[in-house]
Amino acid sequence: MNIIVLVKQVPDTSEVKINRETNTLIRDGVPSIINPFDRYAIEEALRLREQHGGKVTAVTMGPPQAAESLKEAVAMGVDDVVLISDRAFAGADTWATSYTLAMGIKKIGTFDLVIAGKQAIDGDTAQVGPETADMLGIPFVAYIRKIEKIEAGKMTVERMMDEGYDVVETSLPALITVVKEINEPRLPSLKGKMKAKSLKVATLNAKDIEADLNLLGLKGSPTKVVRIFPPTPRGQREILSGTIEQQVDLVAKKLKEQAMI
Amino acid sequence: MSVKVNPDKCTACETCVTSCPFGAIELRDGKAFITESCTVCGSCVEACEFKAIERTGEEAVAAATDLSAFKGVWVFAEQHKGGIASVALELLGEGRKLADKRKTKLSAVFIGHAIKAKARELIAHGADLVYVVDDPALKDFNDDSYSAVLTTLATLHKPEIILAGATAIGRSFIPKVAAKLYAGLTADCTMLDIDPETGNLHQTRPAFGGNIMATIVSPNHRPQMATVRHKVMKKATPDASRQGEIIDVKFTTAGDMRTKVIKTVEELTETVNICEADIIVAGGRGMGSAKNFQLLEELAKTLGGAVGATRGAVDEGWIAYSHQVGQTGKTVCPKLYIAAGISGAIQHLAGMQSSDVIVAINKDPDAPIFSVATYGIVGDVNEVLPVMIKKFKELRG
Ligand SMILES: Cc1cc2nc3c(=O)[nH]c(=O)nc-3n(C[C@H](O)[C@H](O)[C@H](O)COP(=O)(O)OP(=O)(O)OC[C@H]3O[C@@H](n4cnc5c(N)ncnc54)[C@H](O)[C@@H]3O)c2cc1C
Ligand SMILES: Nc1ncnc2c1ncn2[C@@H]1O[C@H](COP(=O)(O)O)[C@@H](O)[C@H]1O
Repeated sequence: MNIIVLVKQVPDTSEVKINRETNTLIRDGVPSIINPFDRYAIEEALRLREQHGGKVTAVTMGPPQAAESLKEAVAMGVDDVVLISDRAFAGADTWATSYTLAMGIKKIGTFDLVIAGKQAIDGDTAQVGPETADMLGIPFVAYIRKIEKIEAGKMTVERMMDEGYDVVETSLPALITVVKEINEPRLPSLKGKMKAKSLKVATLNAKDIEADLNLLGLKGSPTKVVRIFPPTPRGQREILSGTIEQQVDLVAKKLKEQAMI
Repeated sequence: MSVKVNPDKCTACETCVTSCPFGAIELRDGKAFITESCTVCGSCVEACEFKAIERTGEEAVAAATDLSAFKGVWVFAEQHKGGIASVALELLGEGRKLADKRKTKLSAVFIGHAIKAKARELIAHGADLVYVVDDPALKDFNDDSYSAVLTTLATLHKPEIILAGATAIGRSFIPKVAAKLYAGLTADCTMLDIDPETGNLHQTRPAFGGNIMATIVSPNHRPQMATVRHKVMKKATPDASRQGEIIDVKFTTAGDMRTKVIKTVEELTETVNICEADIIVAGGRGMGSAKNFQLLEELAKTLGGAVGATRGAVDEGWIAYSHQVGQTGKTVCPKLYIAAGISGAIQHLAGMQSSDVIVAINKDPDAPIFSVATYGIVGDVNEVLPVMIKKFKELRG
């Protein structure tokens, strides 16, 4: 089975702070990591390879330094990596990102399955998976927490829904996004780390993927960010004091006044 | 913008002819021929096994520039087993305001099976027009069929705006519609506003794990698409006497459905979906054990609310993931959120900090949860919760 995993390099959002004076993100010193959900995608691809044989290719679209994330993927055990990188991609929203990834994947060759994370923690959009699937013209199933079986060009999966889960069957090739329930990602192995160290990351640019230049980066993106601002701080805050009974009484009284209970 | 047939690849198999929802493909001279009725929906592009049909992006850009052809606000009216999702009614409330400001119509798209009787409810909540697509094949949610239906309708009627709930269903198939229409899509908006002159929709949403807010506009593309979480917008008071039009739309399968739902399993321990609850009692690792979580359930029951949890508690195995609140769980916006034994990590706050009132119970006075708490009780959950349960029971009589 040939599997492509979509990996995004993101800033560790738990380390991101905002400068209250300039209303800008303080990115200095914020480490770049593999989007946590994409580790589950990598792990699942490796497990499928162990069961069914084949090859796992990790693909990312990003600046040259995103190659670091691909090396990490190699250290975990993926066979091959492709960095899709070009100045023309800068400022891409989910539409333009998906278009670029789809064109890149077509270039890479035939595959049976594409696995992406549920969402990226910097944008939290969860759009690149389904949009890429659409542009590849292949079926899409979101929020997979379990792959039940793969046989005869079909795959049966469990899809998380708001009230529980669905068992869904899809034809292959398909694109799925995975949630963290699906597995426990492995740590990089020593052998993998060695391999990653000497790895030369193959790069595809806009010309290589035969992309329409009008559809790339900021130019090709329907959405534009027009304003960035800090969230409004919440209103009144009150830390209560007194005995527990007194505090609970006070809360109950306040909630009752506001018709909360 | 057009769809082209590559005669060298076409085998005259006629798959595209049957897959076209508009009957716009014929065989001429032994090859597929696209007639004037084509709406460039792309169904045939997907249906063709020989990759003989193409839709080029360049032309999509050109088509998207005639913005004035797009009119009206649409809401995807999600339903489950015929019951309209509350988020759909909330979106009608918000959509009504946007439509009024822009002096245009509000329409609902209602997809499912045996749902037609409910269409009036959508009108009562603000819709001027309801497109009902009622067919046994649409009973279960399916990415392929739902996106085909909405894409087809939007291509035909050209709405300026499409809103949908940021539910599992909405977040799954709405991006596919946006991909096809070359439309800008903004996920999880917390605020929407329209420029009455240009029709530009100002979509505000949190980013970077809730650290910042971003306002997003799609100035040169239509429709403008946005998803919104539960409880963020307010429902309008229903008015049963409101007039509106119901339009039946026939569902024509766009070829084979490539995915199918084999079964659906519900697994919330209680009946309330936490996204829809007015009161949530949530616990974290500070609850100490699965057994102590029963205190939360008792409190939730007393208040008529639902139980939520942190990832910490879910990882401990004290409660199912479907109850997790936060960046990687659900975003909730209840009237009252009681946080017991929760530290208040940014990823948890991202999912609950827009609750109206937050009551936090934590034994550590420096816990970050207190920075968002309306009322903070510094104390041990094992002592505070039993007192709370007793007190609230008294109050409720
Ligand atoms: C990418 C990513 C995504 C994440 N997504 C989510 C998410 O969606 N949701 C989420 O919740 N977390 C998420 N997390 C995890 C998050 O960072 C925290 O680890 C988690 O929220 C902590 O859970 P907690 O508050 O239950 O546990 P802790 O942080 O361990 O806090 C326990 C608290 O209980 C208090 N306490 C202990 N005993 C008592 C007692 N007897 N009485 C009163 N108080 C007591 C302690 O003082 C402490 O403040 C995510 C993390 C990452 C990296
Ligand atoms: N630039 C990118 N390169 C590779 N994969 C990506 C990129 N952006 C998003 N993805 C994939 O799409 C998923 C969802 O991302 P998002 O839609 O940004 O929330 C991620 O978990 C990745 O698997």
